[in-house]
Formats: sequence, structure tokens, C-alpha cells
Amino acid sequence: MSTNGPVVRLGHLYPDHLNIYADRGNIAVFQRRLEWRGLALDVVEVGLGDEIPEDCNLYYLGGGQDRDQLMVAQDLVGKADSLRRAAEGGAAVLAVCGGYQLMGHSYVAANGEEMAGTALLDLETTAGTDRLIGDVVLSVDLDGATGTVVGYENHAGRTRLGSECAPLGRVHKGHGNNGEDGFEGAVSGRCVGTYLHGPLLPKNPWLADTVLRWALDHSGANIELEPLDDTLERSAHATAVARAGLKR
Amino acid sequence: MTAQIRWTERIDAHAMKRLSPPGWLAATIARAAGRLSRRLGRGGGTTLPGLMLNRLRPQAIAEMASAVPNGVILLSGTNGKTTTARLVRAALDASGARVVANTAGSNLERGVATALLHAEDPDIALFEVDEAALGALVTQTRPRVVVLMNLFRDQLDRYGELEHLAQSWRAVVAELDPETTLVYNADDPAVAEVGAEHPNSVCYGIEDPFVGREHRSHAADNTDCRRCDAPLQYRMVTIGHLGRWECPSCGLTRPQPDVRATNVEFQGMDGQQLTISTPGEPDRGQTDRQTLEPYRGQTDRQTLEPYRGQTDRQTLEPYRGQTDRQTPEPDRGQTDRQTLEPIGVSVDVSLRLPGLPNTYNAVAAAAAALAVGLAPETIAEALGRRRAAFGRAEHIGVGEARVTTLLAKNPAGANENLHMVLNESHPLHLLILLNDRTADGQDVSWIWDVDYELLLDQDRLASVTLGGTRAHDLALRFRYAGADAARMAVVPEPAAALDTALQACGPTGRLYVLPTYTAMLDFRAVLANRGLVREFWEDQ
Repeated sequence: MSTNGPVVRLGHLYPDHLNIYADRGNIAVFQRRLEWRGLALDVVEVGLGDEIPEDCNLYYLGGGQDRDQLMVAQDLVGKADSLRRAAEGGAAVLAVCGGYQLMGHSYVAANGEEMAGTALLDLETTAGTDRLIGDVVLSVDLDGATGTVVGYENHAGRTRLGSECAPLGRVHKGHGNNGEDGFEGAVSGRCVGTYLHGPLLPKNPWLADTVLRWALDHSGANIELEPLDDTLERSAHATAVARAGLKR
Repeated sequence: MTAQIRWTERIDAHAMKRLSPPGWLAATIARAAGRLSRRLGRGGGTTLPGLMLNRLRPQAIAEMASAVPNGVILLSGTNGKTTTARLVRAALDASGARVVANTAGSNLERGVATALLHAEDPDIALFEVDEAALGALVTQTRPRVVVLMNLFRDQLDRYGELEHLAQSWRAVVAELDPETTLVYNADDPAVAEVGAEHPNSVCYGIEDPFVGREHRSHAADNTDCRRCDAPLQYRMVTIGHLGRWECPSCGLTRPQPDVRATNVEFQGMDGQQLTISTPGEPDRGQTDRQTLEPYRGQTDRQTLEPYRGQTDRQTLEPYRGQTDRQTPEPDRGQTDRQTLEPIGVSVDVSLRLPGLPNTYNAVAAAAAALAVGLAPETIAEALGRRRAAFGRAEHIGVGEARVTTLLAKNPAGANENLHMVLNESHPLHLLILLNDRTADGQDVSWIWDVDYELLLDQDRLASVTLGGTRAHDLALRFRYAGADAARMAVVPEPAAALDTALQACGPTGRLYVLPTYTAMLDFRAVLANRGLVREFWEDQ
């Protein structure tokens, strides 16, 4: 497999602490979907205490246990500017679950303790008394494309969006951001946050390709992503939609 | 049906002894429900009677457990409960004790209640307990021994985060009766930190330096120090986050195991040889054993009098054949530690169970059996006799093909199964079955934490058939691992999946079946339909 083409540089933030919901599946999807098109992914792992490089085309944050997420939040708060500058420069950001919460202004825990976020997304999260758990199906409008997105959610946080970002999708099945307003996730520019794991990208390849297109654009490569044979992806996606009792 | 009726009459008589009259009425109703369920073909009734009994009489477990003369052993952990319980059971059986145990994986309160309800005059009780049910069962059974085995990332939708489970175990240990012997795994930092809090504890671990790996698998958790949050360092990694760990920052270190596995030699899928020993043996010369206080304060139990003053059971001989161990020799002119039988023992075990997880299971079982005073030789011999629990490295002939089933329901277990399979010499034909029912976990994202890439990196995969309710998720897992589509088949329905896999491996080939829990039950049902195995509630 040729990977001599342009390279997308991905900053994987806190892979040792934010990896609870199989986040490496999302990285594998980015990697393979580039490789299958003769492109390459260069992954820079950024851990506790490391500087966040500002020259990545794409940043990824996954979900972690409460204890790990707190450690990350304390580390990240002083580096948020690097991430914000990169995002303002057009780099893509995908943040899932705990990572999504860290993209907001703050997370208020059950005991009232407040954890500051990076404020890349205009949202706030408050811990609920119970967890919102289960399969999710969304309809999503993103970057001119419309489609369904399937995944799994498991979060105690109730996230409410401000006026500076839009929800990622409308909930057809599941709880979404807070179990009340019928929306899930948040988007602002090329920064996408969502509670959906499963992992998110394998069963939603069009979403993966949208993010990759942004990252390629940021890298300066003028490349159209060729279509791939997504038979298995479509079949897994359709199965998830059907199991949710919804028609495709 | 004659035997069935006599059996019922017997248990009625015993239940009357242990339960008060209202409890007896509740027990009678609950047992009748179980028989009806079985007769209606609704399953083995391994939980229904207990479920009803707990509803009708919430104190029933406590009442029945307190009447078991030699006490209750509880055993919990993410992985290995069933196998370890079977190994301890074998040792207890060999000692002549009559054992009540919850077989068939019914490890919630209802399963324990059902087992006690059907018990026939037991000498001792042995229950494997769901990690999240441990607290309730400790309160109800007031156990003599609690075994804490491991905490791996598992079924986040059901148990929540590992961290929360560790905290709930910490609370359980804090509430333990000081007399209770806590047996725990020194190699698991989360478990060791909890276990070390208890005054009367015994820890176990693997000491053989040759079984370790250099790196932790991706799925490893608990890798930061529990005390100071610094990343732990490992001199040896065994499974996931288990191994010889230490904190370079605050100095917290894995305790020296009181009961340990050494000289481990794996023999493929057929089993392994190992030595189980306790320090103090002359030629192993471990003199600085200050952490070892395994059986201190337990000397009255060494005489094996009926536990907790059950005076009406004096005629009981729970540990027949143990007379040579009933009078420890305290006056060898040594310190009080020398009275702590058994110290300085070393026995060789020929285990018929493969792989590192079973090394842990064997040493855990030995530690538990030693904690109730069984002789090391009895334990070693009994461990060597035990075959795999259903679905756990179980071999079945299908025509001339040989089918080996390796259950796994989380990344740590699945990774160990892959390592075992990779140690086989021939091309690998796999049937992987993934369900997402409650007992499996509805969140199947864990398959992305399993290192299936190992199969592909070593180019060992001849064919893989993917089945179960989430077969399509497995297909994507393998596609993104880089598997060749021509070697993959996606067949959700288990009977059809088996046929596809058997066709791929050929009529005299070897097939490895890697199912989740309910997928394993489905698979067993397929085999049972073909007359190849018994249904599981008949399988002891």
C-alpha cells in the first residue's frame, strides 16, 4: 500500500488517560482511510506535561475515567491557548465524551467542584445524578452533507450549548447532550464534540471523511478524497439503525 | 423421576433446619417455582428459586449462610471467578468436605440463595460473586474468606468505571470482620491497594520472571499510582496492568506474595506445570517476611472446629484426612510467625488449564484453600484433576474436527485468549461471536481495545468467521485492523456461523471459538442440538 502522498498530522491528546471507550478505533479509522487512498497519518501523542504542538492538522481527544479526566483537565487548562490557536487557524478538532466536556467552559461535578475546560466550544456541563446510557441514532447536517450517525453514549454530564456553537445532530434514539432538548454534540467551525462512542467513526465513515477533508485542507494538500468500498461500514450502520427500531 | 423426588425430600429436611418456619414456607414456594420452570423447559432454574426466596424472605441468605458450620468463602474479580471457584471446589471436595457452591455462573444474590436452598447439609460454602454484588453478599454471609482476584476494564455500561468498582471494594474491605481472611492478588495494583488495608490478609502473585511481557497491552488500566497519581513502572507485565509494579515517585510497591506461582511451563492448550509455594521454605530462604501474616490469629481455626460456634454440628468432620495438620507445632523454638501454617510449602501442580490467566486462577485457588486449612498436597492433586469450566478452554470433537472454546467478555480476557491461540503451531481458524445482551455488556466498543492486530502482524490468520448479534461490529474491527476481506465471513446466526467456520477449517482441522458470555451459551445450545454437549445446568 502506497503512502507516499500527503501526510495529515494528528495530535492525539492524552492517549494514556483518555482512551476508555476504545478511542484508538477512531484513530485507526483516520489512519486506514488515508492509507487506502495513498495518503498517510502521522500521529503525535501528547501526554500529561507535554506541550501541545500547534502545527497539527487534526486534534483528537477521547474519553476517560473521572479520575483521569480530572488529571487531564488540570494539565490542559494551561495549554488551551495552543489548541485554540490551532483551531482558529483551521485545524480540525474531534472530541469525544470526556474530551467533548473538556472543550466547553467548565464541568461542574456532583459535589459542586468546578473543572475548567478549554472553551473551544461555547458549552457547559453539569453532572447529573444518573448516567445516560444506550444506543444513539442522530440525523446530522455537517459541511453541506446530511446523514445519520450511530453510536453509543454513557455519560453522567448534562451539556448545554451557548449561542456560539450549533448541535451536531438531532436525536432520534438515545438521550443526547442532556436528555431534554433532543440535540446531541456541538460544532463550531471545524471543532466537533460528541458523546457518541462505539467507537464513533467506523460506523459513520462519512463523518470520518468530513473531518479528514478539513484536515487535508488545513495541510494545504489540494486533494479530493476518493470514495472507498464501504460495504461493511454501510451494513454495520444499517444494522445499528434497524436495531434502534428506526427505518434507514 | 424417583431420584428427583427423594432429592427434593432431602433438601426439604435440611432447609427446615436452617430456616425459621416463615423462611421454610418461602423456601418451599421458591423451590416449587424452580421445579416448575425446569419442567416447562424454561431453563435450569439456577436463579429463579433464589430470586423468589430473596423477595419472600430477605434475610434468607444470612440465615442459611450462618448455619454452614465451616463458614463461607466468597470469590470475586473481573476475570477467572468461575474457573477459580471450580479449582477451590476440587480441593474442598478432595478434603472430604460437603460443599455448597453456585455453579453455572449464577453469581448474584439470587444464585447464592438458590445454591443454599438446594444445599444438602453442607460443611462449607463457596460462592463466586459478581464484582458489584460483593458488598451485599459480604454483609449477608459474613464470610470466613474473601478472595479479590482482579479488576479489569469490563462492561462500562453495567459496572461503570473501574475506579468506582475499586472504591466500592475499598468500602467492602473497610467493613470486613477483622477475623475474615482476605486473600488478594498482589500483582493487581488496584486490588493490592485495597487488600493491604485489611489486618488479616494473604496475597498471591506470579513470581516466575519468564512468563512476563515487556509492555502493557493497550487495554491496561490502573496504571497510575493509587497513592500519588504518578505512572507506575513494571519490572514485569503479566496480563493487562497486572505484574510486578512499583511507583517510582512515592515508593508504593507490589507486596511480596505469600502464595506464589513459580516454574511455570505452558503446554499449549492442554495445560501447564507450575510450582505453588509459600515463603520460608529452607532452600528458597526468604527470611525478611515482615509483610507475611497470613494465618495469625487463625490458630483456633486450624483445629477445624465448627466455625462460629455451631454447637449442634459437633459430629461434623469437614476436613477428613487432614488430621496431620490439626495440631500445628508452635514450640519449635521459633517466633510466632512459625506457627502460621502453612509456611514454607512448595508443591508442583499439573494443571489441565492453559495460559497465564489460569496460572493466576490456580494460585488464587491454592491461596484460598490454604486459608481454610487444606493440606498443600491435597490442593495440588485436586487442582491437577480439574478440567475446564464450560466454554473456558473446553475441547469438543465435531466429527473429526476439534473445536476449542475460549470465553472472553472484556479486552484483558480476549487478549489472553489471543496469546494462547497464537502459541498454537498451525494456521488459525477462528470463529468469534459477539453478543450485546445484558450479561455481555451492551457497549461493544471494548473490541477495539483487543489486540486483534497480533493475528495479522504475525500473518497467522487463515480464516475468521464473525458471528453474534454484533457480527458487523467485529467485521469493522477486523477491516480496520487490516484483515484481508477474502479471509473474513460475516454470519450473525451462530449455527450458520459454525458451519461456515467448520467449512473453512476443514473436516479434520482445529477451530478456535471466541465467544462472549451469552454468545457462548448460544453456541453451546447449537452444539447441544447436534448432540455434542450437555445443556449447561447438567454440567457440574
